Amino acid sequence: MHMADALISPIVGGAMMAATVGTAAYSIKKIQNDLDDKKIPIMGVMGAFVFASQMINFSIPATGSSGHLGGGLLLAIILGPYAGFLTISSVLLIQALFFGDGGLLAYGCNVINLGFYTCFIAYPLIYKWITRKGLTSGRIFGASLISAILGLQMGAFSVVLQTLFSGKTELPFGTFLLLMQPIHLAIGVVEGLVTATVVTFIWKARPEILESSAAGKAMGSISIKKVLTAILVTTLVVGGVVSWFASSNPDGLEWSMERTAGTAELESSGSVHDLLATIQSKTAWMPDYNFKTVTEDGVNSYTGTSVSGIIGGGLTLGLAGLIGLMISVFKRKKPKALEKQ
Amino acid sequence: MSRIVDSIYNIRLLDDLARKDTVIHRIHPVPKLLATIVYLIVVVSFDRYEISGLLPFVMYPMVLILLAELPAKPILKRLLMVEPLIIGIGILNPIFDPRGWTTFSSIMIKSGLTVTTCLVLVATTGLDQIAQALRTIKVPSLFVLQLLLAFRYISVLIEELARMLRAYALRAPRQKGIRLKDSGSFAGQLLLRTLDRAQRVYDSMRLRGFSGEYHSYGKSTIKEKDLLYLLAWSLFFIAGRTYDLPAILGYLVEEAISR
Repeated sequence: MHMADALISPIVGGAMMAATVGTAAYSIKKIQNDLDDKKIPIMGVMGAFVFASQMINFSIPATGSSGHLGGGLLLAIILGPYAGFLTISSVLLIQALFFGDGGLLAYGCNVINLGFYTCFIAYPLIYKWITRKGLTSGRIFGASLISAILGLQMGAFSVVLQTLFSGKTELPFGTFLLLMQPIHLAIGVVEGLVTATVVTFIWKARPEILESSAAGKAMGSISIKKVLTAILVTTLVVGGVVSWFASSNPDGLEWSMERTAGTAELESSGSVHDLLATIQSKTAWMPDYNFKTVTEDGVNSYTGTSVSGIIGGGLTLGLAGLIGLMISVFKRKKPKALEKQ
Repeated sequence: MSRIVDSIYNIRLLDDLARKDTVIHRIHPVPKLLATIVYLIVVVSFDRYEISGLLPFVMYPMVLILLAELPAKPILKRLLMVEPLIIGIGILNPIFDPRGWTTFSSIMIKSGLTVTTCLVLVATTGLDQIAQALRTIKVPSLFVLQLLLAFRYISVLIEELARMLRAYALRAPRQKGIRLKDSGSFAGQLLLRTLDRAQRVYDSMRLRGFSGEYHSYGKSTIKEKDLLYLLAWSLFFIAGRTYDLPAILGYLVEEAISR
């Protein structure tokens, strides 16, 4: 359920990124206060563990399908919310960079969806609440199961909101919700079961691991209110301010150009600009995000495709191919001494 | 099993490619990272009905792949692996919107461009240098350090996992995956081994003088050519966003023919 770059708008991506950076900065500050430097390698190696453990497929009886461990909650349980959040963030960054799972712009969305809800809502409010009267294997099992399910439900809901706010889908809100939540309920139950059995196993084998994190030792105490307020404020400020600028100017990019260049359109005096402007007004076959309905200058009212648009598209790709060919020919002529490194 | 071993190879591959020495690899990581971010923002900012305007943006990943002499196949393979989710959400558009196929195509093009560009960034820069770039833009060393450690230990833990899976498979013939009732002890054992390993890693880091700081060995400064690289690509991206370049090209050709 990684959000992809292609499914978000820059505003949503930016707002989520700001929220992520804010939460991460707060978490770093929080753990640096009482961090022994031992925590850093443990966080790193635990990140690698989450990565590796997601390759184990646990077969679900009688369904033929399989599920895997959810990372965020387990990290929060073992490392505490702050270190857990930072660790899942680094896992997600590696996934984005090396596997294209979610992208760089959607990175903030993914950290919030998969890390924030599990570490800062499900863990402190549900897991800690259920286990507040002390740890028993029954409580640990129930607490992990319920927090994993609810954490994933919040993440899925967040995916719906982010996609809708980005305006990348035509799905009505309700339909989208009805599609996403049940699927993630099924996934969540499996993730929850696996997480719960793992945590129970750890509790039985090495109870001190869970006890030290439950006591909040070296993890910092949780002040969920502060984190929530901070994240809400940054999201609203960034999302709100940027959206306001974007809507008062038709295009966010034009706004940023206006700020840097002093004018919304890059003005170049003289005939080149006039020519380009004429061409643009003639050829922009989706002006203001609407399709031309008139069929003058060959615009097809249904698909919005114009003859010159098709020719131009083909030519662009041809040109790109030609440039590519030139580069490879040029490259081949050069000695390949460095290639076999 | 072979899938697991493959994944170790896959994880290493992009980082290994980053060790090449080409025009692109030699560019300072910070401008390279920034150019990619500008690219991603510009591509994603296109409206959902846009198709032709996106086409010129093929240039960036393509030119980089060729100049950096990257093999196209593994990159395309990875692209195909992440496509299902995007298809999953995108494919519903045609059902709810008569112009949904346009939206769907637009999303597919965008995802192709953005995913490829991310992978190309890693394959031309490598995680060590990306980490340095992150430090340069003031990302705290704690985060950068554990990012590098996590990456370093992924292949170690996957090897450990592969050994455990082999042992399990030998004792459970003709069984797909791991039974849910074994999940606790299986993943739990791996987790305990991980924590023990972390302790040993920490001990050996301490013996070598680790004090919680991230040090990198000598790094070049940003030169003029690096800035020029960033500037040139950014200008191209902004031009591509402001003007519908393929339409202009098409119009010019149409005019030339009709004359």
